[in-house]
Amino acid sequence: MDKLHVKLQVNGKPVEALVEPRLLLIHFLREELGLTGPHIGCETSHCGACTVDIGGRSVKSCTVFTAQANGAEITTIEGIEGADGGLHALQEMFREHHGLQCGFCTPGMITRAWRLLEENPDPSEAEIRQGMAGNLCRCTGYQNIVKAIRAAADARQAQQEAAE
Amino acid sequence: MTEQSPVDLDRAEKLQGLGCRRKRVEDARFTQGKGNYVDDMKLKGMLFGDFVRSPYAHARVKSIDAEAAKALPGVVAVLTADDLRPLNLHWMPTLAGDKQMVLADGKVLYQGQEVAFVIAENRYIAADAVDLVEVEYEALPVVTDPFKALADDAPVLREDIADQKEGAHGPRRHPNHIFTWEQGDKAATEAVLAGAEVVAEEMIYYHRTHPCPLETCGCVASMDKVNGKLTLWGTFQAPHAVRTVASLISGIAEHNIRVVSPDIGGGFGNKVGVYPGYICAVVASIVTGVPVKWVEDRMDNLMTTAFARDYWMQGKIAATKDGRITGLWCHVTADHGGFDACADPTKFPAGFFNICTGSYDIPTAWLAVDGVYTNKAPGGVAYRCSFRVTEASYFIERMVDILAIKLGMDPVELRLKNFIRKDQFPYQSALGWEYDSGDYHTAMEKALAAVDYAGLRREQAERLDAFKRGETRKLIGIGVSFFTEIVGAGPVKNCDILGLGMFDSCEIRIHPTGSAIARLGTISQGQGHATTFAQILASEIGIPADAITVEEGDTDTAPYGLGTYGSRSTPVAGAATAMAGRKIRAKAQMIAAYLLEVHDDDIEWDIDRFVVKGAPERFKTMTEIAFAAYNQAIPGLEPGLEAVSYYDPPNMTYPFGAYVCVMEIDVDTGETEIRRFYALDDCGTRINPMIIEGQVHGGLTEALAIAMGQEIAYDENGNVMTATLMDFFMPTAVETPTWETDHTVTPSPHHPIGAKGVGESPNVGGVSAFSNAVNDAFRPFGLTHAQMPHDHWRIWRTAQQLGLHG
Amino acid sequence: MIPGNFAYHRPADVAAAARLLQEHGDEAQLLAGGHSLIPMMKLRMAQPSHLIDLQDIAGLKGISRDGARLVIGAMTTQHELIGDALVAAAVPLLREAALQIADPQVRYVGTIGGNVANGDPGNDMPGVMQCLDASFELTGPGGTREVAARAFYEAAFTTARAEDEILTRIIVPIPKPGSGYAYLKQKRKIGDYATAAAAVLLAVESGRCTSAAIAMTNLAATPVFTEAAGAALVGTTLDEAAVGAAVAAMLAAIDPATDNRGPVEFKKHVAGLMLRRAIAEAAGRAGRGTA
Ligand SMILES: Cc1cc2nc3c(=O)[nH]c(=O)nc-3n(C[C@H](O)[C@H](O)[C@H](O)COP(=O)(O)OP(=O)(O)OC[C@H]3O[C@@H](n4cnc5c(N)ncnc54)[C@H](O)[C@@H]3O)c2cc1C
Ligand code: FES
Ligand code: FES
Repeated sequence: MDKLHVKLQVNGKPVEALVEPRLLLIHFLREELGLTGPHIGCETSHCGACTVDIGGRSVKSCTVFTAQANGAEITTIEGIEGADGGLHALQEMFREHHGLQCGFCTPGMITRAWRLLEENPDPSEAEIRQGMAGNLCRCTGYQNIVKAIRAAADARQAQQEAAE
Repeated sequence: MTEQSPVDLDRAEKLQGLGCRRKRVEDARFTQGKGNYVDDMKLKGMLFGDFVRSPYAHARVKSIDAEAAKALPGVVAVLTADDLRPLNLHWMPTLAGDKQMVLADGKVLYQGQEVAFVIAENRYIAADAVDLVEVEYEALPVVTDPFKALADDAPVLREDIADQKEGAHGPRRHPNHIFTWEQGDKAATEAVLAGAEVVAEEMIYYHRTHPCPLETCGCVASMDKVNGKLTLWGTFQAPHAVRTVASLISGIAEHNIRVVSPDIGGGFGNKVGVYPGYICAVVASIVTGVPVKWVEDRMDNLMTTAFARDYWMQGKIAATKDGRITGLWCHVTADHGGFDACADPTKFPAGFFNICTGSYDIPTAWLAVDGVYTNKAPGGVAYRCSFRVTEASYFIERMVDILAIKLGMDPVELRLKNFIRKDQFPYQSALGWEYDSGDYHTAMEKALAAVDYAGLRREQAERLDAFKRGETRKLIGIGVSFFTEIVGAGPVKNCDILGLGMFDSCEIRIHPTGSAIARLGTISQGQGHATTFAQILASEIGIPADAITVEEGDTDTAPYGLGTYGSRSTPVAGAATAMAGRKIRAKAQMIAAYLLEVHDDDIEWDIDRFVVKGAPERFKTMTEIAFAAYNQAIPGLEPGLEAVSYYDPPNMTYPFGAYVCVMEIDVDTGETEIRRFYALDDCGTRINPMIIEGQVHGGLTEALAIAMGQEIAYDENGNVMTATLMDFFMPTAVETPTWETDHTVTPSPHHPIGAKGVGESPNVGGVSAFSNAVNDAFRPFGLTHAQMPHDHWRIWRTAQQLGLHG
Repeated sequence: MIPGNFAYHRPADVAAAARLLQEHGDEAQLLAGGHSLIPMMKLRMAQPSHLIDLQDIAGLKGISRDGARLVIGAMTTQHELIGDALVAAAVPLLREAALQIADPQVRYVGTIGGNVANGDPGNDMPGVMQCLDASFELTGPGGTREVAARAFYEAAFTTARAEDEILTRIIVPIPKPGSGYAYLKQKRKIGDYATAAAAVLLAVESGRCTSAAIAMTNLAATPVFTEAAGAALVGTTLDEAAVGAAVAAMLAAIDPATDNRGPVEFKKHVAGLMLRRAIAEAAGRAGRGTA
């Protein structure tokens, strides 16, 4: 099968590669680009461990061909950071509120929560739970994840108010 | 301890020692996607292995044709049993004293069984090659029911041992029978039952499920032919045991094997076992001379590695009319699948199921467990529980509720009446355990007060009336469970796995500038060992937790240990850590005395320093002592400050807890909603409350999943019906309620810091609380017991059978 | 779970896509959001040699109003549908259903066209479309035709769409203002397909039901629409007898299969319940200006 020439932006950097059309995006990111933050948990688009942001949408990258992402802008956990280049409020708050244990779901969780807060900066608990329903966690029971996301929303608001 | 001044408190706080909500040191890397899990590894020239798996649950393998696969560009080799036979690796020993095929040797015994191993340049080519391997099967009759497996005319599953009358755990009475394990006094128990005023009887099934950590199992094997060293990275909950087993079965000397567990994405028992994938990856690396990775996909994981439970528990419980329990009888038919690969201590083929007298003072009891082969996957691991304790706890907590129905009593009243009293500890149970400590009445009463139990029962009664009047279709179920766990395996005198005593270890080195590294024989899979073990040490040796590195998982550097499962890390390795810390402190005391020019006995320990008694201004801090250990010649003492402790626990620890679940049940749709869940845990001394609460949240969520729908189901042909996360129930944030946690503290008297372990309690106690709630809701309509899982249709069926659908 | 290989095409317009379809026949498959197709490919239950990705075709995007009809481009995602003000105002039933599909990630990429073209009885939109009496615009070598949703589904994964046709637009008649609607779906968890789901659209004038349409999901090899179920409600006050008759008509039409969600008997029971509840919900909304 002919390889395909793809060009995309990953975490703000241009990337070009020759790939098999069937190469799944998750494998491209992890194995070709060495971005091993997004994980593989189920491979059937149920767990969300592989979540990355493609053009402003949270997407399960185990269910996307790299070919489909040709021309897209992709953000993975490795590209998520705070305004000052340090840790993002979500990263801080996941630690602060013990929102992770084994850490395997965490990159997908944070990447998804990042988009959620972009779209809804002030979510209720129910909105957080619904908004995170595409991400499974085996360890935490979600309670502290929900708390961490809410706390990150508060922190971001506080930051914005301080900036104004 | 004397009262501390504010300055002291400040000093103590800086240490971030025992009892504080220390933030986890692991998190910074995980939240930035910088974890290092096995599938993240990429070594030069690394190949990828994948299995051809059997679509049949029971079949003869007539032939395997791998020519087309081998011809595919990028395929390096295809291994079958015939290739492993000369190495004697086509079978491997299991942890339970049985043996298991690494690759199908003439037949297959369960769907998904490994038939051939394809080695290719990458996982895409490997998958293509798997499709090209042609296997000819001859289907054989399938048995998935352990009772049918013991019938006279049942097909013989294990032809290799069909004639063996003696198994690893005693006599076998049928070709499909594995063992009978008996505890307690049968005659006495039957006499109690015969003379009892009241006897309740039930068959309780704890269905087959799976630990299903978010990361599947996998490894990378790398045989360095130049120096003869094998390195094996993998998702191992017990890296040292893997090294020993690998050495024993491969013949490679143990010092030439290095096993490394990198970050592990959850284990819950799934990663205790030894799987064909590990063996094949090792062989493949030996054959090809380059590193070989094997990582199972989710279907492989759910279908083949490590199921849990699958116990049919026949119970009889005897009592007086006023509710005093007098005897317990239990017979378990244990479905072990095609090979007996249970991960239990050698002398305990049914694990610690004999904790099934639970939290109650039951004078007479008898238990027998029959292990049976069926055409299902092997495993039988402790899914977030100590060896079969979840099954035992579920059994007794259901039996007590069922007895309460028979007696017309409230289930809590019956429990309070039969709890082992505080003054009875240490308590000798009828089935052979010595419970270390407990205060069950206090815990139960605290829980009842917290949830306003009487008020809940009133509300439930009102709802029932409204239901009967036709005003609502929802019932309330109140599930109470009071569990006693048995964790911290275990004393070497009776606990070993493959002959390896179940001690654990810690090695500490204090650096000259007063920081330290501690290495342990355990391995964290999310429990936060790097955080909590440093806390234990901080309190023991007065070095801030932040200045202590905790390292685990590399057999070349860590002291020997049996790993992390069965909630054993805190009870065993935690104790080893404290003991090693104490050895450090003992030497530090001698150094301090020398520096202070006083006698050893004239100084005392104070948080982070030794102080001259009566002269608090004269002291040496641990930092000063550490420096002195390396730069001063102290008469009679070797330089340096290091210690190792191998801790062989004198007993298990017995955490306990009281859980209350309030559930709304729609009798029409079978849907349920957890309105409230209160969990009181007593795990003895609390090392880090934040981490304990997190463990409880997670364990309860797993318990919720198991009780309400999570199962590995087979059809009559042995096909796995629940092989993806579509059908294998894992609740999302939407189905998961908010958990309430609480605690009492009853330290373990024999543990150096009194800690008991908590990681698994919520699974052990949670499942029965949910199940009791479902059953409780239907109690007024005559239900005594409905089997799990309580998914929608099964709840509907219960309501249907009780005539609630008009 | 690794898919087989294929050639990847990304045509810029419908005509080019149609040509590719024609050229490669049954070797080719259209790719929309990929969230039904790619999982099938990973299980190797689908092994197309050519994948024709529709994402660049601007003409397949967008939602607009054309008189009394809402016109939805096939490549509109569930997420876009949920966020669209026009949909929320004109056909809130669509939004209600879309919100119950899968999870946020899947809804960002899963398209309405893929959902209705897929032919999986588990998909929610087909039943909803039948309830709404929508039709699908199909474009093929012979030009464009419209097929009613109610006539589109032939068997599981078999539809009236010819191999060389592309489903380009979905045309939904906008219900009369004040219509009552509901989509009720019982499922085991977020991300699950329906155990049973009911779509109901009805109108009530002076206490009497003047029109009603009912369809159900995942209770047969195709979505189930039956004229009789709706007809049983028309002209009634939506009293118990009428609802009972509608449910009976629907139960006669469904043919559920046993699976992990439960046995046939349970499915039928839940089907009846969902339908009753959906009718009640729709009736409650009717005339309240919610439609
Ligand atoms: C975890 C998970 C949960 C889900 N839950 C639900 C659910 O609850 N309810 C539900 O309805 N769906 C569910 N889905 C399916 C999801 O909604 C899919 O996105 C949808 O079914 C298909 O849309 P798609 O755009 O992804 O189509 P694709 O997967 O790209 O295509 C599906 C099929 O339709 C064909 N096709 C696509 N577009 C066209 C077109 N324009 N013309 C002709 N043929 C076309 C393709 O060739 C393919 O055969 C779930 C999916 C996942 C992964
Ligand atoms: S691995 Fe992609 S959703 Fe689970
Ligand atoms: S932290 Fe382990 S899966 Fe979420």
